[in-house]
Amino acid sequence: MAVEILMPALSPTMEEGKLAKWLKKEGDTVAAGDVIAEIETDKATMEVEAVDEGVLGKILVAEGTEEVKVNAPIAVLLEEGEDASAADNLGAAPVAPAAPVAAEAPVAPAAPAAPAAPVVSVAPADPEIPAGTKMVSMTVREALRDAMAEEMRRNENVFLMGEEVAQYQGAYKISQGLLDEFGEKRVIDTPITEHGFTGLAVGAAMAGLNPIVEFMTFNFAMQAIDHIINSAGKTLYMSGGQMGAPMVFRGANGAAARVGAQHSQDFAAWYASIPGLKVVQPYTAADAKGLLKAAIRDPNPVVFLENEILYGQHFDVPDVEDLVLPIGKAKIVREGTDVTMVSWSIGMTYALQAVDELAKQGISVELIDLRTIRPLDMETVLASVRKTGRLVTVEEAFPICSVSSEIAYQVQSEAFDWLDAPVLRVTGKDVPMPYAANLEKLALPNTKEVIDAVKAVTYTA
Amino acid sequence: MAGTQSKSSGGRAKSATKARGAMKNVPALVEFSKDEELNAYREMLFIRRFEEKAGQLYGMGLIGGFCHLYIGQEAVVVGMEMAKEKGDQMITSYRDHAHMLACGMDPNGVMAELTGRRGGLSKGKGGSMHMFSKEQEFYGGHGIVGAQVSLGTGLAFANRYKENGKVSMAFFGDGAANQGQVYESFNMAKLWNLPVIYVIENNKYGMGTSIERASSTTDLSQRGASFGIPGVQVDGMDVRAVKAATDYAMEWCREGNGPYILEMITYRYRGHSMSDPAKYRSKDEVQKMRSEHDPIEQVRARLLEKEWASEDDLKAIDKEVRAVVAASAEFAQNDPEPDPSELYTDIVL
Repeated sequence: MAVEILMPALSPTMEEGKLAKWLKKEGDTVAAGDVIAEIETDKATMEVEAVDEGVLGKILVAEGTEEVKVNAPIAVLLEEGEDASAADNLGAAPVAPAAPVAAEAPVAPAAPAAPAAPVVSVAPADPEIPAGTKMVSMTVREALRDAMAEEMRRNENVFLMGEEVAQYQGAYKISQGLLDEFGEKRVIDTPITEHGFTGLAVGAAMAGLNPIVEFMTFNFAMQAIDHIINSAGKTLYMSGGQMGAPMVFRGANGAAARVGAQHSQDFAAWYASIPGLKVVQPYTAADAKGLLKAAIRDPNPVVFLENEILYGQHFDVPDVEDLVLPIGKAKIVREGTDVTMVSWSIGMTYALQAVDELAKQGISVELIDLRTIRPLDMETVLASVRKTGRLVTVEEAFPICSVSSEIAYQVQSEAFDWLDAPVLRVTGKDVPMPYAANLEKLALPNTKEVIDAVKAVTYTA
Repeated sequence: MAGTQSKSSGGRAKSATKARGAMKNVPALVEFSKDEELNAYREMLFIRRFEEKAGQLYGMGLIGGFCHLYIGQEAVVVGMEMAKEKGDQMITSYRDHAHMLACGMDPNGVMAELTGRRGGLSKGKGGSMHMFSKEQEFYGGHGIVGAQVSLGTGLAFANRYKENGKVSMAFFGDGAANQGQVYESFNMAKLWNLPVIYVIENNKYGMGTSIERASSTTDLSQRGASFGIPGVQVDGMDVRAVKAATDYAMEWCREGNGPYILEMITYRYRGHSMSDPAKYRSKDEVQKMRSEHDPIEQVRARLLEKEWASEDDLKAIDKEVRAVVAASAEFAQNDPEPDPSELYTDIVL
């Protein structure tokens, strides 16, 4: 059967082009893959290859013709032994809709139907801790170690890899004792090559393992961010749900002390902007333990952001068998009536001091520890703002395009009518972290700034 | 290189080492049986016809964005597939249609993914560069040059962790061979003796830049030398050479010797992607490769010469292959677009 050869597009945006040259003439035998013509646009020249074999029966568009529309028939290909009149019939028929394939071009959806709104999944509340449960004082460091050890005992597909995690016992001693208990198969010292070992870990996760990748600090994870975002974060979507990367990226994040600009940055907002990742940023030891255990069990890639300053701080941790806390659930740390304060991670140290001080001055603050940055528990935040009418956020990160910015956006969007004052944020300053002690102190937020912000939104300054 | 040979031990490795010497420059050819020749012919022809059809659909505006065709390189993936065992994994770059077809993924699903329809292997959400199959052990389909090398090393890490005896094949091009993470991966793969074959598909151009203009050294098979990873150059236009080299590398990996590099010298007839007019090379160069080294023509000539198939037999295969390709194109054009509700699914579990 005679088939029409159509004017091809060089790119999705091309609409027409010039048929520059015919390289075959009528009557020539053509094999699939033979170059039969050259076409030109203002950008490029491209060869047209035959897809079918046959005899070039009739050329419909002479060479040199400009403005040939994409998908217009340019020639007719005859099957071997077919009479040239078949070409006449096909090519000459003025009204016959002779381009069946083109005519079947995708049926554009009548009108783009509005996609279903994203389901806001409400995380369950924290598990009930029975009254009378013994509380154990523990550092964040110990809590993180215990979380990993418990999960490694529970699931042999869980392993830890990173720089100095095994023999050195962790650069910040988070993995102390793990090599002894689990051996070098599951506690793996890597070369100092974040890009490579992160990619390797993502590949292992795609193959069904549950890696925990420790970054000595998240500053070095910038070398690996392509794999965190493009390989781990997007595979589930790109595969239509067939495979993903059930794994944890964890390590110290944010400013330490006197380590300068390249080692002092909070990356929460970077990762939190990526659909496909979860981002956790705990403050207390109990949350560090319960959320890290949840992160290791989570079927998605979880970015778990710790803080070096907090590693050595003690908190009470409930002495229960299996402390697993819900990712995506904020915690109301202090109930209050006058103003809502939202903080997380080390921001909580400033927030707590400020709340205590403000209480003495008669201002009642409702303090919320976000704990998870993505998914963001806006339900808890909004409920509180609707009660107090005021909001102050506290974090150490840079202010521009920060997590605070996102919270402020959502609050003005969802609770505009309840607001009695602008939303204020207390953040790190918009400067690279300086080294000098006095400048470093100025670059970080402090309790006074938090108190001042609360006084500003309560008009009690 | 000689130093690394001493690391192999045991009788099998010894004989394999001998084979490697022979493959150094002139790849060892192991003649195919009639069935192997016919299988290779059919598989390569299928890939070529499929890619030609994809090119045609792209020209008609039915396939959007980027579309990287494999035409000319068919012997590489087909020869490797013939050497692979069930459970061995493949992972590659964005020039991935052929790998998926070779490892048995549904051609309708591949073509429908190219046209962005709901019956596509990724439900239309991945596109030409992003398809996956747990069942066929195909791990994508990756759009960032070099990323699949680290990921493929991770597949091998998982094999060793699970002690399942499987080998991962990480495909990348001559362009990606200069990426930093490739060498980070080489280092860990040898350090931990991971069962991974690094398959460098050297088609001589990283997009529009020839290997001579991009690489300080152009014998990419030796890029593992400073890590103690052996490698050979293979005539990637001869499916028998590909199969023989892969058989050897597979054995090397399965015996616990760690990674191996196969540099497949090959050639793509088309541009880097559909929108590349390929002005950086002469028509004569392309024509010479097509007329003298075409991987499919080579098999075809042998089949006819040995009278293992007649012209009519080969025509029948061509017809059969065309029918499968035509059906996939038909499906890919008529299958509906994804339901709008798919926008928000498969983001997190």
